[in-house]
Amino acid sequence: MTRDRNYTITVDGRPVPAGQGDTVASALIADGVRSLGFSPYLNRPHAIWGIGSGGACAHVQVESGPGEPMVPATTVETYPGLRVRSLHGRGEVSLPESDDGEPRHDHTWAHCDVLVVGGGPAGLAAARAAADTRARVMIVDDAPDLGGHLRHAPRRIHGRSALDWVRHTAEELREHGDVQVLTRTTVTGQYHHGELIALERRTDHRAPATIPTHMARHRLWHIRARQVVLATGSMERPLAFAGNDRPGVMLAGAAVGYAWAHSAPPGERAVVMGAHNEALVAARHLAEAGVDISAVVDARTDPGPAGAALLDELWRGGAQILQGHAVTETRDPEASGAVTAVRVAPIDGSGRARGEETEVPCDLVAVSGGFDPCLALWTQVDGGTRYDPAHAAFLPEESAAPATVRCAGAARGTRDLDAALAEGAAVGHAAAEQRAIPTRPTPAEPVHHPRELWLVTTPHTVETEVLVDPHRDATLADVRAALDANLRSIEHVKRHTTIGTGPEQGRAWGVLASAVVGQLLDTTPEQLGTPRRRAPLAPIPLATVAGRDRGDFFDPIRRTPMHQWHLEQGAVFEDIGQWRRARYYPRWTADGQVEDMAAAVRRECRSTRESVGMLDASTLGKILVEGADAPEFLDRIYANMMSTLRIGKCRYGVICGADGMVRDDGVCVRLAEDRYLVTTTSGNADSTLAWLEEWQQTEWPQLRVQCTPVTEHWATISVVGPRSREVLGRLAPGLDVTATGFEFMGMRNTEIAGVPGLVLRVSFSGELTYEINVPSWYGLGVWEAVLEAGAPYDITPYGTETMHVLRAEKGFIVVGHETDGQVSVQDAGLGWAVSTRKDFVGKRSLARADLARDDREQLVALVPADGATVVAEGAQLITHPAPEPPVPMVGHVTSSYDSPALGTPFSLALLSGGRGRHGERLYAYHLGQTVPVQVTDPVLYDREGTRRDG
Amino acid sequence: MLLIPCPWCGPREEAEFRYGGQAHLSYPDDPWQLDDAAWGDYLYMRANPEGEFAERWFHAHGCRTWFTVRRHTVTNAITPETPGASSPVRTEVHP
Amino acid sequence: MTAPETAPDILWRRPEPRDSYDVIVVGAGGHGLACAYYLAANHGITNVAVLDKGWLAGGNMARNTTIIRSNYLRGPSAGLYEHALKLWEGLEDELDYPMLFSQRGVLNLAHTTHNVREGIRRVNANQLNGIDAEWLTPEEISKVAPLVNTSPELRYPVLGATYQPRAGIAKHDYVAWGFARAADRLGVDLIEDCAVTGFRTSGDRVVGVETTRGPISAGRVALSAAGHTSVLTDQLGIRLPLQSHPLQALVSELLEQVHDTVVMSNTVHVYVSQVHKGELVLGAGIDAYNGYGQRGSFHVLQHQIAAAVELFPIFARAHLLRSWGGIVDVSPDASPIIGLTPYAGLYLNCGWGTGGFKATPGAGWVLADTVANDRPHPLAAAYGLDRFTTGALVDEHGAAAVAH
Repeated sequence: MTRDRNYTITVDGRPVPAGQGDTVASALIADGVRSLGFSPYLNRPHAIWGIGSGGACAHVQVESGPGEPMVPATTVETYPGLRVRSLHGRGEVSLPESDDGEPRHDHTWAHCDVLVVGGGPAGLAAARAAADTRARVMIVDDAPDLGGHLRHAPRRIHGRSALDWVRHTAEELREHGDVQVLTRTTVTGQYHHGELIALERRTDHRAPATIPTHMARHRLWHIRARQVVLATGSMERPLAFAGNDRPGVMLAGAAVGYAWAHSAPPGERAVVMGAHNEALVAARHLAEAGVDISAVVDARTDPGPAGAALLDELWRGGAQILQGHAVTETRDPEASGAVTAVRVAPIDGSGRARGEETEVPCDLVAVSGGFDPCLALWTQVDGGTRYDPAHAAFLPEESAAPATVRCAGAARGTRDLDAALAEGAAVGHAAAEQRAIPTRPTPAEPVHHPRELWLVTTPHTVETEVLVDPHRDATLADVRAALDANLRSIEHVKRHTTIGTGPEQGRAWGVLASAVVGQLLDTTPEQLGTPRRRAPLAPIPLATVAGRDRGDFFDPIRRTPMHQWHLEQGAVFEDIGQWRRARYYPRWTADGQVEDMAAAVRRECRSTRESVGMLDASTLGKILVEGADAPEFLDRIYANMMSTLRIGKCRYGVICGADGMVRDDGVCVRLAEDRYLVTTTSGNADSTLAWLEEWQQTEWPQLRVQCTPVTEHWATISVVGPRSREVLGRLAPGLDVTATGFEFMGMRNTEIAGVPGLVLRVSFSGELTYEINVPSWYGLGVWEAVLEAGAPYDITPYGTETMHVLRAEKGFIVVGHETDGQVSVQDAGLGWAVSTRKDFVGKRSLARADLARDDREQLVALVPADGATVVAEGAQLITHPAPEPPVPMVGHVTSSYDSPALGTPFSLALLSGGRGRHGERLYAYHLGQTVPVQVTDPVLYDREGTRRDG
Repeated sequence: MLLIPCPWCGPREEAEFRYGGQAHLSYPDDPWQLDDAAWGDYLYMRANPEGEFAERWFHAHGCRTWFTVRRHTVTNAITPETPGASSPVRTEVHP
Repeated sequence: MTAPETAPDILWRRPEPRDSYDVIVVGAGGHGLACAYYLAANHGITNVAVLDKGWLAGGNMARNTTIIRSNYLRGPSAGLYEHALKLWEGLEDELDYPMLFSQRGVLNLAHTTHNVREGIRRVNANQLNGIDAEWLTPEEISKVAPLVNTSPELRYPVLGATYQPRAGIAKHDYVAWGFARAADRLGVDLIEDCAVTGFRTSGDRVVGVETTRGPISAGRVALSAAGHTSVLTDQLGIRLPLQSHPLQALVSELLEQVHDTVVMSNTVHVYVSQVHKGELVLGAGIDAYNGYGQRGSFHVLQHQIAAAVELFPIFARAHLLRSWGGIVDVSPDASPIIGLTPYAGLYLNCGWGTGGFKATPGAGWVLADTVANDRPHPLAAAYGLDRFTTGALVDEHGAAAVAH
């Protein structure tokens, strides 16, 4: 409750007094201000219309603290030094001046038996009843304190102040071990299987200097609840009449709240316009707060006994009573910027004026058209709603309800406070015991005795002055235009008028807008329905949704055991999947420059081909395939025959998809009769493992096979080049490294630099190569030992770029370069790997018509005619040098490099009918330029394979 | 975030799983007995019902089990494939 | 009451369904409406009804992020989408209806050397196909879209982008209404709240449909029901290689204009534009599982928003205001299925996945022609069902051009 306004905030550069408990809206109202900012298109002043999260019009840009665009002025809690700016219906985004003040946004997870959404009377009763059964309970409310609407009006419970009861109940809950109470927390959405998302605002209400550094600004809660109780209350509904958005017009409940809870009566002379008893109660509260009630305009002719008593009381208090009447128009003839009078007339059952209008002076119009249960979370899980004429509102259709979600209190139309308390307790108890749906409270009584009233018109009503959604400047005229265009679905009208698409998403105005459409169409709200409400219930800052998934945490970075060494050597990295791999290692040149990539790669290539190089190949995927049926299993998976592989030998293998297209490739090593080590490409390790497991588990569960991913268990160092034998010899003195002693495609278990290792004589470059695998925690040490052992030969670490040059010179494909999901094993030039002696996954597909075409794109190499131009990767191949679109394309360049070894740049390409076109001249097209190229066999370097043994 | 009942790990969040599509599709006993149309059916044609759907999930970030659940594709209500529990696929043996 | 100053014209009539039509189009989404319009306008076939189970254009047409572009890799895709883009360029004039068609350019960001290679491959293919396409360096990206974070410190730094200047966005509802209005004026009956529940057949020919408003005879029936196509064909025993998935999108609150291009990234999975009203529109990939619920999972949104905030730090303070889901039917090669079926008189237009909006006029054009002439339009020839037998897929996954 605001009492003292002892500090100032700044609104549009103007100091405004404010105090503890004030929102921007309540401080402004206390300061005599009725509106803030303007509407987006018509520049109509935006009235301060609601209170709390209910029905705000005026939105502000928060400028102090981290800043935030488009926040309802009625929800921004003040603190000394708060700065806000009014808006023209649009927010503004700008880059923070520095990252220093960038607040943290966290995500957190919670599980509970019963989640109670809403901390009003029904919610509190539900939470307490559920907690009494020893269930794990969460109760969540978006306001700073529990209590719901009890915070905004003087009510009594069990003979004492309702706020005392709230405080007492809240204390009980907070002290309860299994209850979590969250305030300033909005449940924004309800998703699948009991998942709800809630936004907790932890620091927005605090002066920046007072925020502990450990405290995240927001927490986004991911709550998994067994049962959900929606005690979400109701939203007071506006009415449609001319000038209904004029400053000074306000929801009756909001007017009471400002007057009573914030000591800020929003006017001195009020007209209260209502269609039910609670509007009369509001009038009484306003009068008690010292507001002079000029007139009570009650749309009903029959207010019922309770209503009649209230009217009588108000009349005795001096108010003019106008029954069967409605406000037809607000007035401000002097253009003061706020209402100075209203016109009132008797109305018929459709809200049409039927008689003389009279004018009543006032500076506050407190409006209450009725109450709409807040059912957005209900409808998000396909809970139905039905229109109830007695309530003049849409109520939850509980007969077809989800079994785990239930409503209580005003959310299901229960207006009476005692009834809501009893209902909350009953529903909370039933939810905790997971009792079935039949245990539902009786239908809510419309004790407030409402009358249906949406739209008030006179013969001269200016339809452009009747707002049906002030956030989008949508007026009665716009609705009529949509209907005149013959649109009839409420969704079409919404789209034509943009009703309900503003910052409050139709929560306060949506039902009114639908009902107005219904009235113009002469149909019932029931038949028309309302547009579907979509999550989130309240806007969530994008930074909060992103949470900690920012910067390097956006996606995990995988690093090899030797990563730190690469960093220290100044390597340039590239992202391969989640891996970060060294691409090349630039060195200082003699003249003090840093090598560019071309220079570094030339040097790395030359050193490797002429002496020895080394590559961190640890990212290669590695899978252990074990079991008696491992040979059979791999035969079914690989195009190659793997069962015939001898123990201690390696074989290159290709895996096809069921469609016959190349999926992945790598080397299989037979470690033992029933044991293979399978390597995969770096990017496909996970998907290949999943592929193996899928076939094993879902198709061939009888095969005795176990697949274990071991990528991270091993660090892999390829020692490549003619001098690699000497290097390995120094590292593994006990190993026979001669060409005959350690044959090509052989495997040895040996001690390397003092640690156990597995060495493979495979080659991805055509050079003599030893691929050293050691347990990953020795990776860095062995890497440094290799460097030392290679020092006499000027061993040169090289990165992925040089790896590509070396492999491409030999015509070796890389999955993802030379394949794109539509390259068959034969297209890729790997037909030799396809076993004719067995079936395998994808083999049948190779026999399909399209895969047998002669003009499929097949792997070739290209050499530029000028011997100098490095053709761009991604260049398209055409047969004519000077093209005019559309130009038929016959293939494209998949890899392209300069080659010190060949003395010319070269490319790999996929070319239509490529295998039959060696020798042909084509043109590589790239961004407007064409380069003549010669088609050749894909193997350009050492076709005879003389270098693999050194 | 769906809650997927893994037969070994119990209900776990969808993000731990990989989706496997229609269940109970078997690799043909002899693909070479199928003409191209029938083979194309095996490769590409999948049931896509609006309603109950027997589908496979893979607990990729967990026990790495493939299993089958029955989910309603409109309401997402999940019922066990066999009474009692969702079943690991490995219980269905294809020769 | 005073009448509005100008009485707008009627968008479309609300006729009762007749007993019989020459052509029935099932699904009053963008494609179905465009098909009906071109049947009437190009082929003189006006005895046409478009049936929809709900409100007109209330499916994916009401839910998409309205990106229009034609920079596809494969020849058939380039032909079809470029034909559509050329139609877009004259559509407001042809239909005499404003659609807020805005050729503000679309950027496809590359974050890895693999992306760069595939992006360049696509740009070169586009240029040779006569489609405007450029390759931009990070510096050039900063000129076209200054808000994009091109810092090398990004988790997946921006290494370049493909750029199609003629690409852009349009107002989805207006597109549907423009086609609806034009088709209506040519005599087409647009019938809402009329769900097709079955087919009437005579031998191997479809001769009509059963609907919630009674049976209707038809000379020919064209299915253009997006996510629900396979639910319909199931009744005829026609199997389709389609899987229907939830696809989510979201908007921010209204913001002052700051971002006047469309930026897409398939690597970090997000695309961002700011529409005329000022809302940011964000979309991403599909939810992994089959679903008809028009609801997706929050973590999918979470990932795309994290990507958006990484790429556009300026949007960190903006809000997720509203999110929603559509149902997209995805084919194995991420390309549509258009053409004839095993039943005479029944035609397919489905499998557009996440990319149907941009094709709206083109899809309607080729479908109308296919229906009118009972053979695939040349631009649709590659998109027949038979490709799943021959293996001649039109795969757009490879060049990462698949999304949206």
